[in-house]
Amino acid sequence: MFKKKLIYPIMSFAMIVVIWELVVLFGPWSRQVFPGPTEVLKSFYELALSGALLSHSVASLYRVTIGFYLGALLGIPLGILLGRIQAIKFLVNPLIQFLRPISPLAWIPLSMLWFGIGDQPAIFLIFLSSFFPIVVATAIAVESINPIYFQVALNFNLSRFEMITKVVVPAIVPEVVTALRLTIAIAWLVVVAAEMIAVQSGLGYLILDSRNALRMDYVMVAMIIIGVIGLLLDVIMYKLGRLEPIASAAR
Amino acid sequence: MGHIRIEKLSKSYVNKRRLRRDTSDPDKQGAIVSVFDDINLEFEDGEMVCILGPSGCGKSTLLRIMAGFDHATSGRILIDGEETFKTSPDHVFVFQQNGLLPWMTVWQNVELGLRHIVDEVEKADTIQEYIDMVELTGFEHYYPSQLSGGMQRRAELGRALAVNPDVLYMDEPFTGLDYLTHLKIREEVINMHSFIGKTMVMVTHFIDDALIMADRIIVMNDRPAKVIMERKLDFSRPRNIEKEPGLRDLRDEVFMRLGVSYVA
Repeated sequence: MFKKKLIYPIMSFAMIVVIWELVVLFGPWSRQVFPGPTEVLKSFYELALSGALLSHSVASLYRVTIGFYLGALLGIPLGILLGRIQAIKFLVNPLIQFLRPISPLAWIPLSMLWFGIGDQPAIFLIFLSSFFPIVVATAIAVESINPIYFQVALNFNLSRFEMITKVVVPAIVPEVVTALRLTIAIAWLVVVAAEMIAVQSGLGYLILDSRNALRMDYVMVAMIIIGVIGLLLDVIMYKLGRLEPIASAAR
Repeated sequence: MGHIRIEKLSKSYVNKRRLRRDTSDPDKQGAIVSVFDDINLEFEDGEMVCILGPSGCGKSTLLRIMAGFDHATSGRILIDGEETFKTSPDHVFVFQQNGLLPWMTVWQNVELGLRHIVDEVEKADTIQEYIDMVELTGFEHYYPSQLSGGMQRRAELGRALAVNPDVLYMDEPFTGLDYLTHLKIREEVINMHSFIGKTMVMVTHFIDDALIMADRIIVMNDRPAKVIMERKLDFSRPRNIEKEPGLRDLRDEVFMRLGVSYVA
């Protein structure tokens, strides 16, 4: 069973590599513009050995981690307030719904002006891209809590604080973990774009810099690494979600 | 103590759903719907009361008002002479289904009402005592989703009894149980009632349950609901409707009152 699970993905990746090589061989592009798997593998070794790959990956992950944590740290409590208190919902929700559809990338000019060059503008963009989905998902999760649980809490004289810690937070864990999983994927998408401006490091910068040097093999290496890290992030978030199996099973 | 007195209790609400067709009066917000009107009842301390009636007759609303989850439009409810408005651990509600918090174990659920006990040993002993009482010994650290429907209901009963309430409200407590489990849990509730002697008010639409369990039955009719029948039952226990002519006659009468006339 386990072997089967592993064999199929390996087969599909092997197939892609073969098709890739065939396209390079018979396609209209030169190997400069469309490098094949062997060139990319060689470049991968180059980049990995020089340490560039690691430092760029760490730089990107650092920005995503900080921005994502900030988004979750502020977004989850605000979402709980939005879901619990009508007045706050009426006050804040329209604003959130208005800001939410604005792509984080549209904030690039302003964030550069506000935060200058360096990590901050990129972190700010990541924060924006995670904050809104987390707020909205948390608020929806809170609103959909079975009202019986609140009545039970009332019946046993739970304080407002206990209502949050003993009822609201455990009740929304499954939905919030799912939201975090989706959000970190968005954050990972945005960081690459954010790094094409204002910074001198990160996988996005690696792509831009390699393009300027006409090293399409490096561009492809960076793309592959972005895909692999994105996959790993998703797996990690999925495993985190599985830590709370009872709560989700009860739904 | 658990003497309950309901005085002139009425509940109505404004129907906010405006009818599209009703264009004659644009300011008309909607009709006032009366759920029940002028209910007067008195239950003695330690009584098992069953409120019977068709679905949607407002019997659950009545129970929810008594428990403090809802408010009456007029009238009042006195428990031991004191007017009640709010929820309180003195009168605990047992829900139709899923009243246990699913992210807490049986132990943690029972602990919910005992948070005020400072002495950890005393608290643990009390929790264990009630878990044993509802025969869930060994399942303390199970989550509700790992228990059968009957065990969940017993756990909720244990949680409710652990706070030592004066009154226990039960809203269709056998909903969703299979027939045999229904009968078993019913028997356990009867035993528990005779053992602890608390006032219990139960809403049900199963006439047999009411006849077998109750010291007093209240029959309500459709909206706006009124009490159409109130009877004190002093048949000996355990009761068997088939073998007790008095209960059979009573059942026929309840059926008649509720408009099921095949027995006439």
